[in-house]
This record gives sequence, C-alpha cells and structure tokens, in this order.
Amino acid sequence: MRILNASGCLDALAAPEVARELDAFVTKTVTPLSREGSAPPRIAETAHGMLNAIGLANPGRERFLAEHLPRLRELGPPLWVSVGGFCADDYAETCSNLEDIEAIELNLSCPNVDEAADSAAEIVAACRRATGLPLYAKLSAAHPDVAEVASAVAAAGADGLSLINTLRGVALDLRLRPALARGSGGLSGPALKPVALHAVTVCGEATGLPIVGMGGIESGRDALEFAACGASDVALGTVLFADPGAPGRVRTELTAACADAGVVNPEDAAGLRKSPETQRKVPA
Amino acid sequence: MPSSASPSTHRVTGSERVGPYTLLRLERGGLDPGNPGQFFMLEAPGRLLPRPFSLCLAPPGELAFLVDPIGPGTEALCGLGIGDEIAVLGPLGCGYRLDVDRPLLVGGGIGIAPLPYLAEKLGGSPPVVLGFRTEEHAEAAALLPGAEVAVDPVLVTELIGPGFDVMACGPEPMLHAVAALCPTAQLAWEAPMACGYGACYGCVVEIDAALKRLCLEGPVLDAHRLNGHVRYLVPAESAGAVSR
Repeated sequence: MRILNASGCLDALAAPEVARELDAFVTKTVTPLSREGSAPPRIAETAHGMLNAIGLANPGRERFLAEHLPRLRELGPPLWVSVGGFCADDYAETCSNLEDIEAIELNLSCPNVDEAADSAAEIVAACRRATGLPLYAKLSAAHPDVAEVASAVAAAGADGLSLINTLRGVALDLRLRPALARGSGGLSGPALKPVALHAVTVCGEATGLPIVGMGGIESGRDALEFAACGASDVALGTVLFADPGAPGRVRTELTAACADAGVVNPEDAAGLRKSPETQRKVPA
Repeated sequence: MPSSASPSTHRVTGSERVGPYTLLRLERGGLDPGNPGQFFMLEAPGRLLPRPFSLCLAPPGELAFLVDPIGPGTEALCGLGIGDEIAVLGPLGCGYRLDVDRPLLVGGGIGIAPLPYLAEKLGGSPPVVLGFRTEEHAEAAALLPGAEVAVDPVLVTELIGPGFDVMACGPEPMLHAVAALCPTAQLAWEAPMACGYGACYGCVVEIDAALKRLCLEGPVLDAHRLNGHVRYLVPAESAGAVSR
C-alpha cells in the first residue's frame, strides 16, 4: 500500500522534506490557463473537518510544464499530475503534454469551480486517446450513484480511481455570514471518512480497478480500514496541515495496525471484510 | 520549513493571566525560537487544526505565547494547565528585519504579542507605543515595561513620531493607518491559516498585487507590499490567525 498526498494538500516545492516521505507526490490541479483562485477567506474549521475554497489556484499548464515540473522531478518521489479543465479537450491537451511521470489524476470533481460541461466518462475517453500514461479518475461521492460513475469511467479507459474528493458545504461565522468568501467550500477531514469508505467499497466492487482511498485518514488504523474496503493505496489530505510528519507516522502505525488485525499486509485486510463470519453486504 | 518537518511535543510550564489574555509558557525542548515576528503552529486541544502564534518571549528553556481567547481553539489553549502537552511546529515564516537605525515598536491589542521578543532581540530598550480597546486590555502593556500606552478613543497612531523605523503588529485597520503614516514600516499581518508551511493555500492575501501565501511571504511584510488594499477582515471564529 503506497501513501500519497491528496492533490492540493501539499506544496512539494515549499516543503520538499514532507514530499520525500511520500511514495508518490500528487500535484495541485493544473488547468490550461493560470488561476489566481478564490478570494480570501478560503478556509474555516468545522466540527471534525474543515472547509476550503481555494478555487484551483495554479500557474496554468504552460508555466507548470516549463517551470514547476522540472523542479518537482528533482525532488525524488514519483510524480502524479492532477489535471483539471472545463471541457474534455482541456483535460486531453494537458494529458498529451505530460510524459515521464508515474500517473495522471483527472480531477473530475472539484467542488469550488463550475463543473465541466462534458461528463466524467467523456473526459476520461478523450484523455485515454491523448496519453498512454496511467489515468486515475478522481470522483465525488456527492453523485447519487458513485459506483455508476466509476463504471462509466472504467469503460472509458480509466486505469484507477481516486476516491473521494471533498463534499460541498457551508459554514457560518458568528454573525451568521458565510465564513468563506466564495460562500461554499469543500468539506475535508475525519467527517468524510465513512462517506469515503462507502465509495471505495462500492466502486471497487463495481469496477475492480485499483483505488487510491482518501478522506479523513489520520492514522495507520484509518489507512487499514481503507484497505479493508478495497483501496490499494491511500492519500493523506487535511491531516498534513496539522502534522507534516503524517506520512512517516501513518506508515509506521499501519504496520502495527496490520499486526493488531492479524494480517501480514494491508491488502490482506480486504479478505477480513469479506470473510464469511463477518460478511455484511454494503448496499450501493 | 523548520529544521524538523514534524511537530514536536512540548510540556506546559506556566499559564498566566495578562489582562484578558493568557501568557502560555512551554518547555522549549529542541526548538529554535527563530527571529522575532516568525510564528509557531500550536496544537489546539480537541480541535482539528493547529493555530498560528508569533513568539512573545523566549526565556531560558521556554517559549511563551500570548493567547487571546476568541474561539474554541484559543479557549482550549488558555485552559491548558502545567504538565499538559501540546504539539508545536516552528519557527515558520519571515520575521522582522533587525538591521534598522531608529526602531519604534508599535502594537495594537493582541498584536503586541511579538513585540517583547522583538525588543529583546533589538536590544538597547527601543521605544514602544501600544494601543488598546480598554483599560483591562491595556494591562498587557506590563509585558513591555516603559511603553507609552493609548486607550480608545486615543489611537496608537497618534503616538508615532517622525523619523522612526516602525515595526508594527496589530489589527488590520491599525496596520493600514501605520502604513499610511510610515511607508517604510515593517508590518506583521494575520490570516486564517491551517498549516503554516505553505500546504493549505488558505492564508493568501494580496501581496505585490497578487494573491500570495502569507505564511511563506510573511507574516512580516514591508508596508508597500500590501498596496494599501483591505481585502478582508479576519472573522473571529476563523480557522486560526497569527497571534490568535
């Protein structure tokens, strides 16, 4: 089980020593044109989570490829580039410009920008034609049937799934105004974990694709729960803000959590959830 | 990032009331106190996110932070007792430049937090002017012996004479007023901040006419870099703000 960062939750150039503790570094989402992002305030703490409305702030494809990617390559960890856009061609063109990276994650579910006009499957199909690199589709659990979306992107050529993105939410300040300038934002942190475990379970069963599980992982035990639900890898997001040492800590704790659960590897935990004496069907 | 990328655990060695504020003392351990105006992320017990605080005092073996209980995180920090432990990351960001000829330290409210350590590092008892909302808040002036104090409706900006290298920290309207009076001032700003090391992109403010992360560029900035634009005021229950 590899430990990655959730896209947008770490700047490897600002904190290279944190990035080097990861099995792969996932970039902030790259869009065709540069984006300044949302006006501040952009973040607010909530019960067991936080809201953010960063708004896909990024230098844009051209500057990312020319200036950021070469510096990221020097850091060491394998790179995943998160790709965003506003139509299928946006995504596909960025994909066609990427090479010598481990994988591409297609951000099909940012809650802080208007949705792309094309469906997730159309975007994946266009990117599939544009690149031979592994394509991971990052989906939102806000869809009424996330397993259906997962099946559609699998049929369109996705090699894996990243589950889940933040869920749209609102927090109010003391004067009952939205705490974020954008009004709404994406909810992350421990509040998300049960939603993510469900999405990982049903999407894994629907597609059989490898899954990077994320959403509220704070400990090795949390990571093992994602493995038990079928995730092959995990990503850390909000926990990195409070604990930049989380990648190493979670890795150490995962070994102990496996021993406590009586499994040798995290992958074996998937068998525990499916063993006859513990089997309970998770409804889609 | 500081020398260690991971937060370290530090024991509370003291917690004293200073007017409405609390001076929280922590065992220093292996932490470098850093430059005045730099900040540390302090675990807020029971909360998801740590809170940023500039260092107030660096007594031998200790680091001390001035906390204003304005929300659940700062209230939890003020409630800590001797022997309790919290995680600390720092020092972070860019502090004050100390190579000035005629320093004048200007503080407003909880913004006086970085000034005692700044005065110590400058040496030679630099002049200090402070502004507070009430007499109770003004009790915190005891942290800066010899300071000239203004209490509302008198404004601290009325105490700033000409010809000084102003080094200020305080509420946003005060900083803008100081910047208008002293275009070369060094100002310590605050913004909601989840991580303190450039990961969350939450603390952006308009710096050099673009949205940039205050935790990396600042929190201390030369006055001209903010261009005099008020973009927003920090909500009282925000995720955390420098010296809150």
